[in-house]
Amino acid sequence: MAQLVSITLQDTGEGRMIAEAIEQDNPGVEMMRMPGAMKLDRADSLRINAETVSEKLGRDWDPQEIHLTMISMAGNLDEDDDYFALSWNR
Amino acid sequence: MAKKLGLKQRYGLLTRGLDWETSYQPMDKVFPEATFEGIKIKDWDKWQDPFRLTMDAYWKFQSEKERKLYAVLDSFAQNNGQLSISDVRYLNAVKLFITGVSPLEYQAHRGFAHAGRQLPGVGPRIAAQMQSLDELRHAQTQIHTISHYNKFFDGMHEFPHMHDRVWYLSVPKSFFDDARTAGPFEFMIAIGFAFEYVLTNLLFVPFMSGAAYNGDMATVTFGFSAQSDESRHMTLGIEVIKFLLEQHPDNLPIVQKWVDKWFWRGYKVLGLVAMMMDYMLPKKVMSWKEAWEIYFEQAGGALFEDLARYGLKPPKYHEQATADAEHLSHQNWSIFYNYTQAAAFHTWLPEDDEMAWLSEKYPNTFDKYYRPRFEQWRQMEKDGNRFYNNALPQLCQTCQIPMAYTEPGDPTTICFRESEYKGDKYHFCSDGCKDIFDNEPEKFSQSWLPVHQIFQGNCGGADLGDVLKWYNMNVGADNMDQNVSPEQALWDKWQAERSRVAAE
Amino acid sequence: MTIDLKTLNIEPRRQTFGHIARRFGEDRPASRYEEGMLDVQATKHFHYKPFWEPDKELYDASRTEIVMQDWYALRDPRQYYYATYNIARAGMRAAAQHNFDFVEKRGMLGNLDAGWRAKVEDYLLPLRHVAWGANMNATQICDRGYGTAVTAPAIFTAGDQLGIAQVIGQIGMDMAGGGGEALEAAKEKWMTADYWQGIRKLVENTLVEQDWFQLFIAQNLVIDGIIYPLVYDSFDASGQAHGAAAISMLTEFMSEWFSEHSRWTDAVIKVAAAESGTNAAKLSAWFTKWRDQTGEAVRPLAAHVLGDGGDAAVDQALATLNARAAKLGLST
Repeated sequence: MAQLVSITLQDTGEGRMIAEAIEQDNPGVEMMRMPGAMKLDRADSLRINAETVSEKLGRDWDPQEIHLTMISMAGNLDEDDDYFALSWNR
Repeated sequence: MAKKLGLKQRYGLLTRGLDWETSYQPMDKVFPEATFEGIKIKDWDKWQDPFRLTMDAYWKFQSEKERKLYAVLDSFAQNNGQLSISDVRYLNAVKLFITGVSPLEYQAHRGFAHAGRQLPGVGPRIAAQMQSLDELRHAQTQIHTISHYNKFFDGMHEFPHMHDRVWYLSVPKSFFDDARTAGPFEFMIAIGFAFEYVLTNLLFVPFMSGAAYNGDMATVTFGFSAQSDESRHMTLGIEVIKFLLEQHPDNLPIVQKWVDKWFWRGYKVLGLVAMMMDYMLPKKVMSWKEAWEIYFEQAGGALFEDLARYGLKPPKYHEQATADAEHLSHQNWSIFYNYTQAAAFHTWLPEDDEMAWLSEKYPNTFDKYYRPRFEQWRQMEKDGNRFYNNALPQLCQTCQIPMAYTEPGDPTTICFRESEYKGDKYHFCSDGCKDIFDNEPEKFSQSWLPVHQIFQGNCGGADLGDVLKWYNMNVGADNMDQNVSPEQALWDKWQAERSRVAAE
Repeated sequence: MTIDLKTLNIEPRRQTFGHIARRFGEDRPASRYEEGMLDVQATKHFHYKPFWEPDKELYDASRTEIVMQDWYALRDPRQYYYATYNIARAGMRAAAQHNFDFVEKRGMLGNLDAGWRAKVEDYLLPLRHVAWGANMNATQICDRGYGTAVTAPAIFTAGDQLGIAQVIGQIGMDMAGGGGEALEAAKEKWMTADYWQGIRKLVENTLVEQDWFQLFIAQNLVIDGIIYPLVYDSFDASGQAHGAAAISMLTEFMSEWFSEHSRWTDAVIKVAAAESGTNAAKLSAWFTKWRDQTGEAVRPLAAHVLGDGGDAAVDQALATLNARAAKLGLST
């Protein structure tokens, strides 16, 4: 079985913009919708670029703001000023 | 002028540098619990901070979350939001939550305070302290949310009193007492890793999606808001296990034993969630079996594949838990149906459309083993002869659930296991629970088993009425079937009133 | 269907939880502070004895010599629960950040006299280790304490002390032009400079104290109660002649926090002392023991910063603290 990394976001205005940014920057990502939440899965790694999210939101977005929207995740986390990334095999 | 440091360096400077090697007092007196569990740490500096929140960012984000949450709670109360839920039956899930889960959030708060003081590394200590704060948040926001429901509905009004006493609540309580009384490393593996990382999704995502689907906007708001802290907790859990395994090869067998133990302990507690998902939600999100596939088999599979390089194996008996997913919720709901007179929430038999849903979700087992049982009980109800089990059940010495589970691979035979310790016999519901006892008989022979305690006269008296009184149960309102409950009658009245107002 | 649910006449069947109504003696609405705090900690039927302390229960009132009929008498006058605590701190910290930005924009740290700048690096930056010790002690009080009334504010205090350590850390980074050199030098002073060793020894002594209420006295009343006025009032006042207005602005958070923190500290001690003569005697003995240790420990630092004026500043801080303790019912 592929090792899936995963992030679950609240289905809010900002959550949907982040999900769009993820879909744009991560080919092959799959989304499952649940009541109130969206689960995005991808094999091996997934990266949220602050630049893409900032463009979508029309304002500077700090990757630590993910803490306001994220519900769950799977994978090893790496974060810095300009990205938030999940992967296996760090 | 000022050179701007990146997040990682800034965080390192603001945290790692705080600690020092004490010299006026010996380090083993400052951190007296650092070694007794046998865990060997060569270099705490190798700890990789899983997330890098300084307190200013913590206050900023958390206050923003809390502002949003309490705005929703206020408006929910002002607008009688309790009337917008899908069905009054749904609230039984909320009752189970406040009596069974919220006190665990509080236990986690105090447990992470313990770890946040005792772990000798500055990185894990700060992460544990923040988690301690978060867990207090979860306990308090849950109480504040459910406070509104408590004003109108039964079964929630004595949650701390009941948590310390009621028979089925000793299942979650003993689970957390077990983790809390262990050393700080085992606590981190038990709660930080096994519970928060491997199993928590099975608790919260189904509960909260269920709340969203059933119109409970208050619960869904605290739930998702709490879950946003959970990602930090999960990264802490996974970092802890990797760190311990990387530090010394001698840690592997100790950690493996903890992973095996806490997987099985957590899985048993989550049986309550299984029953909530399959039987208690009027509008169902997904079955327990589906949730198990997504959150244990798939997510857990990827995780344990990643951890295999340290020699760590997936938890013992995980195949059995996967096979049990076909049976767990049906057997648990049957227990509560049988003992409805002693439970602080209501029960009922699944209706036709629910039975059809269960058949579809459990094609291998529901029609064969469980439908006939429910249909027989339905007939008995019709005949005015509703089935109650009036004998006190035997409880598993480890998980404390009544012994009603069946043998692996044989769903018609109840599974019994036993061990002897210091001349006494102890009984278990499964091989997993027996193994846990056999590894720590001194600990698990201490279990405060509700049924034993009733027989010993420690629970208010000998007959059920005395015991329920001792539970502070409001008999006839908190317990028994949904359809005869006062809150069902009130709900019907309120809905009729609502239709009348709408018609005007 | 949109109908105004407010127009329905739906009467609550009860106003609050049973355990709270019993405390009130009637069923009336409780505040969020009360509902989130009262009786939340388990009290009975613990399943197993702790491996780490097998002679006690998981939650056990005997982890201090102080005895209370009702541990929920130790109320927090701020009535903090998690949300109100965080919202209050976020506001304070945002104001502090505003000051940081202001000081940086105007290059105000450049106005410091060179000699005083060195003094600030000597006295202020190592204080982050004192705050870190205080953080551990607050966490210990939360861990070993009894009853949510006192343990919840204790973990809030742990967050505060870490936050303060990080405010000092940020000052240190700004003083070094953005890097960590000044903080590393400050740690070296903390470990080896003569004028810090008394305080380091004092802090390390608190880290091995097992009676959580004694620790409450030592840290929250005595150590904080001497160091904050000494550093953020006396040292700060001397700095004004040396261009240290920026330092006052950057440490405003600590001054404001200390006066709020003292309200909680005082309320808890006052109630515990009023409970019984035995409590009052114990608390008084602990107070004088830690006061004397702390008074001696800070004298070398005060002398290093204020020269001959050091002893007078310490004496003044001690006099203020004695007066405060007397008001709480302690004999000094």
